[in-house]
Amino acid sequence: MPTSEVDAGLATLSDQLVLVTVLLYVAAMIGYALELAFAAPRTNQVSGARRKVLAGAGGPSADESAGSEVSATSTKPPASPGWAQRAGTVALVVGWLGWAANLAAVVIRGLAVERWPWANMYEFVVAICFAAVTAFLFMQIRFPVRFLGAFVFVASTIGLGFAVRYLHVQAGPVQPSLNTYWIAIHVSAAILASGLFMLAGVSGILYLIRKDGLSRLPTRTDLERVAHRAILVAFPIWTFAIIAGALWADRAWGRYWGWDPKEVWSFITWIGYAAYLHACTTAGWKGKKATIIQIIAFAALLFNLVGVNIFVGGLHSYADVP
Amino acid sequence: MATTSSDVKLDVTPRGPGGGLGVAGWLRWGWRTLTSMRTALVLLFLFAVASIPGSLVPQRGVAPEKVAEHFKNTPELAAWLDRLWFYDVFQSPWFAAIYLLLFLSLIGCVIPRTKVHLEEIRRKPPAIPRNLKRLPHHASFTEETTVDEVAARLRKRRFRVETGPDWVSAEKGYLRETGNLFFHISLLGLLVAVGFGSLYGYRGNVLLMEGSGFANTVAAYDRYIPGTMVSAESLTPFSFHLEDFNATYVIEGERRGQALDFAAKLKVTDRPGSPERDVTLKVNEPLDVDGTMTYLLGNGYAPTFKITDGKGQVAFDAPVPCLVVDSATFTSECAIKVPDAAPTQLGFLTRFLPTSVKLHDGTYTSAFPGAVNPQVEVWAFSGDLGLDSGAPQSVYQLETKGLKPLLMQSKPLNVGDTIELPNGAGSITYTGVKQWITLQTTYDPGRVPALIASVIAVIGLILSLGVRRRRVWVRLAEVKDGNGTVVEVGGLTRTEGGDAAFAGEFDDIVRALGARSAGTAGEKNAHQ
Ligand code: HEM
Repeated sequence: MPTSEVDAGLATLSDQLVLVTVLLYVAAMIGYALELAFAAPRTNQVSGARRKVLAGAGGPSADESAGSEVSATSTKPPASPGWAQRAGTVALVVGWLGWAANLAAVVIRGLAVERWPWANMYEFVVAICFAAVTAFLFMQIRFPVRFLGAFVFVASTIGLGFAVRYLHVQAGPVQPSLNTYWIAIHVSAAILASGLFMLAGVSGILYLIRKDGLSRLPTRTDLERVAHRAILVAFPIWTFAIIAGALWADRAWGRYWGWDPKEVWSFITWIGYAAYLHACTTAGWKGKKATIIQIIAFAALLFNLVGVNIFVGGLHSYADVP
Repeated sequence: MATTSSDVKLDVTPRGPGGGLGVAGWLRWGWRTLTSMRTALVLLFLFAVASIPGSLVPQRGVAPEKVAEHFKNTPELAAWLDRLWFYDVFQSPWFAAIYLLLFLSLIGCVIPRTKVHLEEIRRKPPAIPRNLKRLPHHASFTEETTVDEVAARLRKRRFRVETGPDWVSAEKGYLRETGNLFFHISLLGLLVAVGFGSLYGYRGNVLLMEGSGFANTVAAYDRYIPGTMVSAESLTPFSFHLEDFNATYVIEGERRGQALDFAAKLKVTDRPGSPERDVTLKVNEPLDVDGTMTYLLGNGYAPTFKITDGKGQVAFDAPVPCLVVDSATFTSECAIKVPDAAPTQLGFLTRFLPTSVKLHDGTYTSAFPGAVNPQVEVWAFSGDLGLDSGAPQSVYQLETKGLKPLLMQSKPLNVGDTIELPNGAGSITYTGVKQWITLQTTYDPGRVPALIASVIAVIGLILSLGVRRRRVWVRLAEVKDGNGTVVEVGGLTRTEGGDAAFAGEFDDIVRALGARSAGTAGEKNAHQ
């Protein structure tokens, strides 16, 4: 039985924690940006061992990044002033603090309303930003992706700012159709995948901005690798989210697929990322072309979230946009 | 790659038929083009793109009122959009053309590939190339080992192995193509399941009042949409009775009036003669009778009225379903037609206010969707209702053109109140409030097959994107002074772009075969 009781104190605390999160993310972003800006520029030219593809092998054509995947050793940022490195370390700590605040905001909102805290667009966007930052922070434990920090935090700050400014609704109970465990399955998967796609999208946009040659931005190889890894993980999760959505639709709306706008656009997004993966593994497309496909898919994802919720509507209009 | 001539052709765009091939040649070329993998992918892409207008332009099947609005506001544009089927994208011939072509293309692509793959699976790994140094991955080291031992180690890494007198050939990653085929076959399966569901399934909508019943027959539906292969006799013969409907709302705070829960209590008889069972129908909990699902879609109010005519006869005594005009407060409007009233027919327009409050200007409005203070406002008319004219009328509307207003103003009625109509035309008593629900019943025999097909498709896709096909060859040669064996290893991945990822695995394999350090394996780059 749903309750209509909302713990107003907890709800306010959650709202304040989102603001704290924004401040901490901004601080982390500045720290990472300082580190990046005062580090020595990096080159895309791979100096280390470069594996040559067998002559006449018909492998990937030698475009700007072909064969450079093995160049991990050459992309270590050259020495930068000590204080810049320290700024990066501080940023990392502040980033984790922001992450904790973000996590607390989501959990406390859930406690305040006694349900899963992602039933409207405000809660959903806050959760996606959390997922993106989580993906980044955990990835950087195992892989050298620190260079992405500034950009991930920019994206998350924009997302949270947008949510607070334009999407915020008071904590409250949900309408009957959302009052089911399906929300935990379907929406959690969508959030997780969207967070990872966001990480990939940020890398992809940087990839396109960065020209070849000397730049303070991370190398194209690194960017591409981060994007590829994130999409590889996110794609099955996204697929699961859509199938779970169809199962839910079969329970709630009386059909598993009905070309509702949200369904159409999640299908388009799915095709887009599938095309990206396919291009990478089968067609051997790498670099710019694959990145452009990835960005198109990301645009479809964003349109599904923002455009469909705000401008199009349909059965799936739970966004509760104020 | 040079050494993979036996590769399954992945992305071969067929060449044009060349000059002078004639009709047969063109047909063959057309078939080959249609059935190439790339065409299937392009069609899948096109399928996605073609669905975009369906998400941006209102669709007749979903929102006919918005389509009508388009026609009113921009008639010329609407006429063009209509000509292009933009209001019925998913029923349009061009949308059908895309998925039928996709269907054909998949069939043409899958059948030969399955044959080739079945042969490949049975075939032994290919014999060793003469010069292992020419392979993209290569290493050599000295180690005391034998052909059998190398073969065993590779088998342990789940390679399929073939041996010669002084060599071992191993291959792995067949699951890639298996997954790929499963993906494509299940896409076909998905299309078939969807088609099957729409041919052999049906859906129907019905409005049901508290205290009334429903039996699953074609005639009982207000709207019934069968698939072309459905016969009226094939409907699952269940029936149920709506005992009670309950809606709960948030009572106070900013979200006052928001629905929390809808619950319809049913007594269900699964088939004639079987015992009744109690079922509570909720939004996410449909009623399931042998795969025929009944969903709770909407609800509203039906005030009950007792109407006496000018001769003192009870001419009407029933609930009247009202149309919700404001879903936030459930302010509803309804029409009552009393054709049997004498001496003249009577008609009423009523406004139902579930929680009626009086505003400063003296008018009334509803402040809350729950029936806290349910009042009705009534306007009465007499004269010819026009029901015999043959023109269809909505039950929710009263055609007041030919009617004489009898009563145009009164205080809202409470349950139990009666108004006497002027001129001895009779009276109307507001006797109570019931609720109605709208239900949708759906039978779709394709839903479980569609689920199975999509799950297999996803697993297949993950395999085909995640698994690499790779070959490893090992040649052993005695060292001249008889002290150990020179082990030469070559490796090749048959997945373009997977080269770098294979490098790590190759190093592992070389180490597993006995090279003492990765340094030895590193020799593989020496040939560059
Ligand atoms: C085939 C069926 C479905 C598909 C393909 C689908 C797809 C999606 C996608 C892609 C998202 C990600 C968020 C976004 O982009 O806005 C999402 C979110 C969500 N879905 Fe679904 N969904 C389906 C069915 C359902 C059903 C049946 C319900 C509930 C009755 C539901 C409730 C939600 C909610 C509450 C959210 C998150 C908040 C929001 O964006 O409003 N979905 N869905």
